[in-house]
Amino acid sequence: MDAQGRPILVIGGGVAGMTAALEAAELGRDVILVEREPYLGGRVMRMHQYFPKMCPPACGFEINVRRLRQNPRITTYTLATVEEISGDLDNLKARIKVRPRYVVGAHLLDESATDGIDLERANDFNYGMDRTKVLYTPTGHAYPPVPILDLEGVSDADARALAESLPAGSVDLDQVAEEIEVKVRSVVLATGWRPYDVTRLDNLGAGQLPNVITNVMMERLAAHDGPTGGEIVRPSDGRKAENVAFVQCAGSRDVNHLPYCSAVCCMASLKQVRFLREHNPDARATMFYIDIRAVGRLETFYYEMLGDEHVSFVKGKVADISEVPDSGDLTLDVEDTVSGESLHDRFDLVVLATGMVPDIPDLDLPFEMDTDAHGFVAGGEGVELLQSAGCAKRPCDVARTTRDATGAALKAIRSFREGG
Amino acid sequence: MSDKIGVFICTGYGIGDALDIDALTAVATGEYDVPFCTTVDSCEGADLASMIEAVRAEELSRVVIAGISARRYGEHAFPEGVIVEKVALLDHVVRCQPPNEEDTQMMAEDYLRMYIAKIQKMAPLEPFRSEEPIDRTVLVVGGGITGMTAALEAAKMGYEVRLVEKAGTLGGWLGRQHLSIPTKAPYRELEDTGIDALIEEIGENPRIEVYTSATTSRITGAPGLFDVTLSASGNGEVLDTFRAGSIIQATGWRPKDAGDLPYTEIEDVVRNVDLEEMVKEGGRITRPSDGKAVRSIAFLQCGGSRDVARHSYCSSICCLTSLKQALYLRQGDDEARAYIFYEFIRTPGQFEDFYAQVQEDPGVFPTRGEVTGVRRDDDGGLIVSARDTMQGEAIEVKVDLVVLAAGMVPNSADGEAIRALEHAKVVAETGENEEIRQKAVDKAEELVAHEGTEILNLDYRQGPDLPVLEWGFPASHFICFPYESRRTGIYPAGCVRTPMDGIASREDAAGAAMKAIQCVEMTARGEAVHPRAGDTSYPEFFMQRCTQCKRCTEECPFGTLNEDEKGTPEHSPTRCRRCGICLGACPERIVSFKDYSIDIVGTMIKAVEIPDEWDEKPRILAFLCENDAFPAMDLVGQHGLQYSPFIRIIPVRCLGSVNNAWIKEAFSAGYDGVVLVGCRYGDDYQCHFVKGSELSATRSENIREHLQSMAMENERVELTQLQISEYEKLPGVFDAMAEVVEEHGMNPFKGL
Repeated sequence: MDAQGRPILVIGGGVAGMTAALEAAELGRDVILVEREPYLGGRVMRMHQYFPKMCPPACGFEINVRRLRQNPRITTYTLATVEEISGDLDNLKARIKVRPRYVVGAHLLDESATDGIDLERANDFNYGMDRTKVLYTPTGHAYPPVPILDLEGVSDADARALAESLPAGSVDLDQVAEEIEVKVRSVVLATGWRPYDVTRLDNLGAGQLPNVITNVMMERLAAHDGPTGGEIVRPSDGRKAENVAFVQCAGSRDVNHLPYCSAVCCMASLKQVRFLREHNPDARATMFYIDIRAVGRLETFYYEMLGDEHVSFVKGKVADISEVPDSGDLTLDVEDTVSGESLHDRFDLVVLATGMVPDIPDLDLPFEMDTDAHGFVAGGEGVELLQSAGCAKRPCDVARTTRDATGAALKAIRSFREGG
Repeated sequence: MSDKIGVFICTGYGIGDALDIDALTAVATGEYDVPFCTTVDSCEGADLASMIEAVRAEELSRVVIAGISARRYGEHAFPEGVIVEKVALLDHVVRCQPPNEEDTQMMAEDYLRMYIAKIQKMAPLEPFRSEEPIDRTVLVVGGGITGMTAALEAAKMGYEVRLVEKAGTLGGWLGRQHLSIPTKAPYRELEDTGIDALIEEIGENPRIEVYTSATTSRITGAPGLFDVTLSASGNGEVLDTFRAGSIIQATGWRPKDAGDLPYTEIEDVVRNVDLEEMVKEGGRITRPSDGKAVRSIAFLQCGGSRDVARHSYCSSICCLTSLKQALYLRQGDDEARAYIFYEFIRTPGQFEDFYAQVQEDPGVFPTRGEVTGVRRDDDGGLIVSARDTMQGEAIEVKVDLVVLAAGMVPNSADGEAIRALEHAKVVAETGENEEIRQKAVDKAEELVAHEGTEILNLDYRQGPDLPVLEWGFPASHFICFPYESRRTGIYPAGCVRTPMDGIASREDAAGAAMKAIQCVEMTARGEAVHPRAGDTSYPEFFMQRCTQCKRCTEECPFGTLNEDEKGTPEHSPTRCRRCGICLGACPERIVSFKDYSIDIVGTMIKAVEIPDEWDEKPRILAFLCENDAFPAMDLVGQHGLQYSPFIRIIPVRCLGSVNNAWIKEAFSAGYDGVVLVGCRYGDDYQCHFVKGSELSATRSENIREHLQSMAMENERVELTQLQISEYEKLPGVFDAMAEVVEEHGMNPFKGL
């Protein structure tokens, strides 16, 4: 196969990677799409709604999955990581490691299949807020529509007992990790982001206060397929959240943590205020901010909220969060920089707007890939062969990510033409 | 290939335990006389392979598989040309109904009937082939950073590009800037704009034909077949005519007029664009009133006013521009002072690094506060007063110059408004009576601002330009699909879509180039573009029965249909997205797809066995949108949610494709209720065909009136808006209709 005809390798199966893969395939190019997690969709599949339309990510995901299913040009590997890219312009190779899913007869397993299973695992899809059985599907929207058996930490004996309790032919414990080597034309790095590590935020509870959650956890709390079935309640006692503080720039725009702005957190919090208010019309929300960055046409979304008497905005960076003994409530210390007042306000739930950290894989490359001071991809000598898209490059929202991924697909196709 | 139907009935996953498979088989082989029917143990792996093998061995041309939902199949391929329909017996029946009940069995048998009946009626798809060859030239309108980048991206892919710029030179607004904000790591230094290099690169690219001082005075045709006329910007003289395949609208923005901004009656109050021009041309910043060198500037963000009513969007780059311009002033003048009055500084992402860099400059004073006035001082300077500053008090600052961070206005034209204006002007002359004429005069006055604003000059019945969203941006309404524009093959990009910086403009330009190229390639293959990408069906019009009622031309969300002088629709298949809204609109039922038509769906409706009235088994027909509501049914099944056994579901391309004839047919066939489930409509519509569910709501109102005229309760037709994530509400929607039927009794026309 000449290099022209080789597939494009897309690393990351979130909204950026899926978009890049689909756009290239619909132009008529072969694509290999590699996703680390058991399912496609990435971070945004864990979002309750998108701003500003308050529509569910599952809707666009469903359309993308339909495009993917019907397009024979895309080969998808989940539970897979690209270990190495080697070779040169005319001869680029990728080594992909695919971890076992163990489930082979997907449709034999309905919801009741897990009833008899005792073994559980922390539910990373819900940011650890609940547990699942070791045989699980994180959400009904998941693609591929095949459950996974997570055997991490499960003894061989337990695994065997489990397999025997399931319908014959549904799982195969003999599956092992496989390595695949493929020749590729070029690469699109669409590995996205992860939330900033909240345990580093000592003054904001360091992840130790149960009723101080992060913005990504708030999405799961509100989601119909989240740990509470969509009830926005306090983790400590399951009480409905009535008075919620949104702490912007929790570790962002801060030289001790993330010096940059994550670009989406203001809109994300405004959106969360909106769905909190829709969920509980009595709830109050206070947003503590440095600057409200509702950029571009999104400004309207912020303006619309100004009329809500249950929502207040305070300019000031939260200095400290402490727990009020025996109540689970929290006191926030913050200086209102407009009035000059020191505030010590009490809330029953606090949402930290933690920022985006680029989630660049540790990858052997045959050329230099430059990153900026924060770890985002910034180009490099292999830039034509190694395109990046979305939040691997900069913090950005879904609309910009998909525009960028569409363009990155073009450049990944073109990269070879330019070389040859 | 012979026309032979085969049916596979899956007995795995508990289907065989819950249903009488022999009875199901009898439906296929007995009632429908299907020549080949067999059972399979599952719908995956070796069983799926055996089905594909049987299709080959038995030379089947049409196949119904009653098993798992189509969404749940793994990768597989039936021989080309074979029509395959999958019935979700497991997901929609077995998991949602009690096993081995008469009603459950009836539901399963009805679905098998519906899909066998459907597949008998479907015709093999033949992709649309235009008589004339599909042209692959990309037309780029607008020669700023976005247009130039898009042109280069497309040209580097090997496509011919025509780049049209109305001004005398390429470059746009970025070309008029002295320096650019940082665009690369470490995002701290001002940079050359790169525009000159880009212009040179375009000049050297043999695939790009550049037209300056030119506008698109007329574009007729459709994707792959656009006929473009270019005229000179000044005198309208025709410069060239050519064919193009797709269009990128990169017409950018213009600054807010000085007249729309505060304090501009004072001579030394200028806009950011004026300051930029001054620096670009002269290198020095001087005061317009007396030519004095400027040593201090107050930058007033948001144009000096955050009037919610006046300006409800943010122009994204004004904060960065003011920070940059503050550095212009500071460079080479240690004593110079720059005050930036803002409410919120907006430097998202890595631009925060630039803001941090500027903040280190001791001569730049970002000042949070609301500006309350600008006045002339005795010595010729200006005094800016502000309140609510972080010092907590009102302050005054004396400066040489005030710069207003003037926002961006999109260079767009509201095609629908222009068309409404033209229409109103015609009616004002020719209206039937004085009242109608006067209304048209008022309408024309209301829309007068749209006079002469055409940009693309499309020969589309629905208007000469892309429809716009709020504030005049012709962007896609969708977050996931930013290139899902309202005119197929025409993609807005850059600041005309939404205010954005240069990096984002270049990203968008590359994306738009991708979509423009993809559009011509898919069009050449006879395929639909997004969201039904790859669909090779297309609507055909049986024109002999057309009554020129214009519903299809009015209701198509994508302006697919023009009209001739008599009002007869002229269809342009390459403009079409295949949503079927025309099919739903047509009262004469003349629109058909080979795999989706009045007849095909009507046959499915009639295939259901309607029990006699005294059986007390009502039948409720449910039309579910394929995008959200129908996939949501799989989740209903997956979660084992139970619903009324009297429901019979038909998936539709869009709720807007539901023709009232189907609903009427259902009631005359004896159904007792009809449920329509589609996407959200309204300002934040989620319908990917823009207004399909909304149109359906209007049409179902008509049908409800029709029911009343037949002395039937209008509650027997109900439309529900549903997001895919709200799947758990679906059983409730069904059960509610079952209750309505319970309350009002059976359809009185049943069995007549």
